[in-house]
Amino acid sequence: MLALDVPPDTFSYMLAGYIVIFGVMAIYLISLVIRHRNLNQDLETLEELEDKEKKV
Amino acid sequence: MVKQPRGLTILNYVTLGLMVLATAMVFLYAPEEAVMGQVQRVFYFHVSSAWVGMLGFIVAAVTSVIFLRTGDHKWDLVSLGAIEIGMIFSFITIVSGSIWARPIWNAWWTWDPRLTTATIMELIYAAYLMLRQGVDDPERKARFGSVYAIIGVISVPLTFFSIRFLRTIHPVVFGGADPNATGNFDMTPKMLQTFMFSLLTFSVLFADLLWHRIRLGKLADRVETLKLKISQ
Repeated sequence: MLALDVPPDTFSYMLAGYIVIFGVMAIYLISLVIRHRNLNQDLETLEELEDKEKKV
Repeated sequence: MVKQPRGLTILNYVTLGLMVLATAMVFLYAPEEAVMGQVQRVFYFHVSSAWVGMLGFIVAAVTSVIFLRTGDHKWDLVSLGAIEIGMIFSFITIVSGSIWARPIWNAWWTWDPRLTTATIMELIYAAYLMLRQGVDDPERKARFGSVYAIIGVISVPLTFFSIRFLRTIHPVVFGGADPNATGNFDMTPKMLQTFMFSLLTFSVLFADLLWHRIRLGKLADRVETLKLKISQ
């Protein structure tokens, strides 16, 4: 019964679990931001090209 | 540059606030579980991630039906976004569950019905993304994807009920009394409150991420349309 009086030391597993949870979420958020930024750059470039074509 | 809607900015702040609160509740409010120790705290975000994963796949199936009925492309964007988010959170569920299992089951992985069905579910939706990559015509891509998402959603109830109908060592939070389950625990009121708050927080997080992903899809569509226009 002594073993149940003091919970086992599983802190490192808890830490690893939350590093994975927040880490994967952060990577996904960063990927959203990067994809959004790249698409915005593409859009600006294409709009400039379209304007040039209209002038020609 | 497309400006972010005011509603989305507000939702970002609400989500951030809820996430901070939920994290504080997990680490500061919920008590330490007596048998498993600190690792039991993984439970709150592990189950919430599983909920978001399944929610994503269900939303994708519903919006796929709407797309097939109406032909409105925006529903295909919602479906794609919901599946992408569902996959991310299912992946979090599988990996965090494996880490939780190591000190409790003494194994990183076992081919238990829940772990197996969850992995199959994740692979089914990975195949969805591959299917979309393999079709060039946008109309066919959307139609094929929608049909696949509707069929693929069968994996969600299979995963959910696998621990309720089959012999398993995976703990069941509600309505489970399998004596073979290892890692079951009785929730104290504080644990239950933290769990419910985490579920709410992750549901709001899902809505926020989905909104961002739909905007991204719309932007990608605009870029593709402009590319086609210029090339012609």
